[in-house]
Amino acid sequence: MRHGIPIMLGYFSVSFGFGVLCIQKNLSILAAVGISVTNLTSAGQVAGVEVIAASGSLIEMILCQLVINLRYSLMSLSLSQKLDPSFNLMHRLFAGYGVTDEIFAVASAQTEPLTPAYMYGLILTPFLGWSSGTLLGALAGDIMPASVTAALSLMLYGMFIAIIVPPAKKNSRVLFAVLIAAALSVVMHYCLPMISGGFAIIIAAVIASVTGALFFPVTDENKGEEKK
Amino acid sequence: MSVAVYIAVMAVTTYLIRVIPFAAVRGKIKSRFLNSVLYYIPFAVLSAMTFPAIFYATGNVITSVIGTVIALVMAYFNLPLIVVALTSSAGAFIASLIIGGIS
Repeated sequence: MRHGIPIMLGYFSVSFGFGVLCIQKNLSILAAVGISVTNLTSAGQVAGVEVIAASGSLIEMILCQLVINLRYSLMSLSLSQKLDPSFNLMHRLFAGYGVTDEIFAVASAQTEPLTPAYMYGLILTPFLGWSSGTLLGALAGDIMPASVTAALSLMLYGMFIAIIVPPAKKNSRVLFAVLIAAALSVVMHYCLPMISGGFAIIIAAVIASVTGALFFPVTDENKGEEKK
Repeated sequence: MSVAVYIAVMAVTTYLIRVIPFAAVRGKIKSRFLNSVLYYIPFAVLSAMTFPAIFYATGNVITSVIGTVIALVMAYFNLPLIVVALTSSAGAFIASLIIGGIS
């Protein structure tokens, strides 16, 4: 459980921003917390809120989550190789819920096989940070004056920038993918307004990632270098 | 459509994406291409989600762009997430006060 505490603090601030964003997009506090409790993922949730706010179709919602969260499949796949024999199907069905980027990073750095108790402990504190941050963010968004919540709605995007800029600075392959994704997203927003927000994110991200993979394929050796 | 339906669909999709490989698959993805795509996806998604949405985040393009520039500069100097987020918001807030004061 100790390993989850630094993750919890990070999650608290990101989800606070998410809570504010939900209120900004006219979702209820209950809906904001409901999304966080059932999804436990930042990017997917923001895209989901965009789809809800735009009254998009359920197909769009599914595709959106599929593309954005597909990386979790890979992480789950990788973690599944490290599980202790005591990890039966029941435990796998529960613990699989908690595979996020950060939890994956910590879990995969362990040298011993992962036991159910370890995984539940590792998931619990970030989960609490994520849900309580959303609740407080949504409450703050509800109570504070509009001028403050307007400024706070930049928080989440600010954090996204803080996540992508350092690796992009260090690694031109990441910068390449990031710039293509941003450029496509901007072009679609201004030139192809009939493409709704969720689809625009999917199209931009898939084209950018496929282009990146074609021009700069990643190998296991050069993979981890941008994650600190 | 009810928001609850959206949330349920969203939650089930996200859950299945995580659990199916966790519970069922035991092999490893060998395709270098697929691994590369999956490696770039998080960065590309965050970037596509941030731009151009961040320019409208505060409801005012000028204060949003000021916040964006602050976030980019702060992130360039590797400051922690929360510092980047808060200075960006604070900058936009101060800008909105100044603009409000002028007009």
